[in-house]
Amino acid sequence: MSTKAKARPATAPVVFTANRLRDGRVVWFGAEGTWRDRIDGTTPFAPAAAEEGLALAQQGERDQQVVGVYAVEVDPAGPTPLKFRERLRVQGPSVAAEAA
Amino acid sequence: MNALTPPQYARTYRYDEIDREFLQERIAEFRGQVERRLAGELTEDEFKPLRLMNGLYLQLHAYMLRVAIPYGLLNSAQLRQLGKIARRWDRGFGHFTTRQNIQFNWTKLEDVPAMLEALAEVDMHAIQTSGNCIRNTTTDEYAGASPDEVVDPRVYAEILRQWSTLHPEFTWLPRKFKIAITGAPHDRVAAQVHDVGVLAKRNERGEVGFEVHAGGGLGRTPIIARKLRDWVPEAEFLAYMEAVLRVYNALGQRDNIYKARIKILVRDLGDEFTQMVEREYERMPRDKYRLDPEIVAAIAAHFAPPPFAALDDQPLPEDPEFRQWAEASVRAHKKPGYASVTISLKPIGGIPGDASAEQMEAVADLAERHSFGEIRVTHVQNLVLPHVRQEDLHALWQGLRAAGLATPNIGLISDIIACPGMDYCALATARSIPIAQRISERFASLDRQHDIGECFINISGCINACGHHHVAHIGILGVDKRGEEVYQITLGGSATNDAAIGELIGPAFSYDAVVDAVETLITTYIAHRAAGERFIDTYRRIGVMPFKDALYAPA
Ligand code: HEM
Ligand code: SF4
Repeated sequence: MSTKAKARPATAPVVFTANRLRDGRVVWFGAEGTWRDRIDGTTPFAPAAAEEGLALAQQGERDQQVVGVYAVEVDPAGPTPLKFRERLRVQGPSVAAEAA
Repeated sequence: MNALTPPQYARTYRYDEIDREFLQERIAEFRGQVERRLAGELTEDEFKPLRLMNGLYLQLHAYMLRVAIPYGLLNSAQLRQLGKIARRWDRGFGHFTTRQNIQFNWTKLEDVPAMLEALAEVDMHAIQTSGNCIRNTTTDEYAGASPDEVVDPRVYAEILRQWSTLHPEFTWLPRKFKIAITGAPHDRVAAQVHDVGVLAKRNERGEVGFEVHAGGGLGRTPIIARKLRDWVPEAEFLAYMEAVLRVYNALGQRDNIYKARIKILVRDLGDEFTQMVEREYERMPRDKYRLDPEIVAAIAAHFAPPPFAALDDQPLPEDPEFRQWAEASVRAHKKPGYASVTISLKPIGGIPGDASAEQMEAVADLAERHSFGEIRVTHVQNLVLPHVRQEDLHALWQGLRAAGLATPNIGLISDIIACPGMDYCALATARSIPIAQRISERFASLDRQHDIGECFINISGCINACGHHHVAHIGILGVDKRGEEVYQITLGGSATNDAAIGELIGPAFSYDAVVDAVETLITTYIAHRAAGERFIDTYRRIGVMPFKDALYAPA
């Protein structure tokens, strides 16, 4: 699951997500430049800076900290992912028995 | 290993020392690989194929470990151990799947070697649960118990397991390969939608032979299998299977993942595929592949019947609540005085196929007490205790009820198959579990469910169709429409002898509207049904239009 370097140009601000190597848990990366457990409070990259952000985030793969880095378009309030799939990634499963 | 050694009569295949040594070597090897990965000596590109070979996927929220349950058979010690694994290394749950396996959804990479060791203690592993190899062969959950059984399919499922495990020629097939085998005329294994579906039967002389179907499948291109042979004699079984696999291995389209399954090859070649298999089979050194009667007998000995007592059939106690459960869950057994019991893993509003560690332990105990320590996993994501004394049924029911496992909905509308969907699966385009939960809550009234009668609803969270939606009476497929989940409905599918792919009924429904749509389908069925008709019968008689009109008529 190394990152495919394609990606259409971002049209909204982005943060990056990946799974932590050691335990697989979802982590988030913003302009602060560190991988965090929570998306809340991360600073998104502006669309124009998305590529630069990706390069920084991918360093986490080369350092064997994280797996499967990809960009997530967000509403900067929160920030909150624009797509449903990544909102679930933030919240954990929507099913009660195993809330994150 | 003594405490964990299954009792003498628990009929799972017993490993020998060679099997056990092999497992230990594999675990040691994978432990080394995990350590090197964590130390940064292996990249993800290098490690991914290695972890997949050991059943470890990376999903949406965590790693997932898929554990093989050969042809869905477990003994009490194994189920108890799965419960222990769920408690210690997952969040106290395991998820039973349509391929009769179990998945742990919150696995940590660093814990996997220890989890594999715990599995090996009870002769279990996660090998060949991923990748382009021959996967776990599935079979009838009532094997060895059902009155309509002609041949015990476990014997041949085990022969297939031994043949396909680490088979050097077939570890890199064009794509994954799934075999299902049944030994009863009533197909309970969805044989016709597998890569190969086998119906074991007997001729007039009582000899065992096999009807072989190939090229069935679901996913993006659902296809009903083609019958290759009406009769393959027992001794030639492996030779013939080998011939099928060889033709596929040589000609399957490796360059296009969407066309790589055997179903595409069989569809495109038609009868020519059958002829090619026959020619390959004629050419093979058949002596080398001969299945000797002694080998069959030695394996069959592992599945000898448990020590049944000589009993008579018993009337069931009057208790109405018990009666309702028994009507849904208890099935006739070939031995007088015995019955098979299906345990619902579909509580109203629950997650289909999930069982907690405590529930696994409770079922393990009840199986020990009432079913010779045997448990089966069904492709409908339930569990079965195959051999229960009728006189014990009431006590068993009380035990199940105490564990929250006595929902009397087997075969009814809330007995839903659902894949993990977007709540867990990285490939998903929509959620499936909450749809199942909401449908089951909508039809919570058991009296209503019993009135509706047999109705199969299957839900998949993407076109891969792990939830078998194509072959449901009512199939639901979640797709992504501009970042939102919507649900397509198909009607009229069937997974049994009259296998059929459901028909798409019209435009998709939103997450909020899909449960109402199901209810509309059911009320339409009730309005039109003739006496004794199931949903599928009414659908076949009146066709799709009345359902379409009810769903899409302008308000
Ligand atoms: C956890 C992640 C899973 C992944 C990544 C996954 C992946 C896939 C893919 C890619 C296919 C399509 C194969 C093809 O058309 O060539 C497929 C089909 C299928 N999977 Fe899964 N699956 C997952 C979980 C499950 C689960 C939980 C079950 C059982 C409940 C399951 C059972 C099946 C079945 C029955 C099919 C359709 C039959 C077939 O075409 O093989 N899968 N899966
Ligand atoms: S059908 Fe799709 S969403 Fe469901 S488990 Fe399979 S791959 Fe995942």
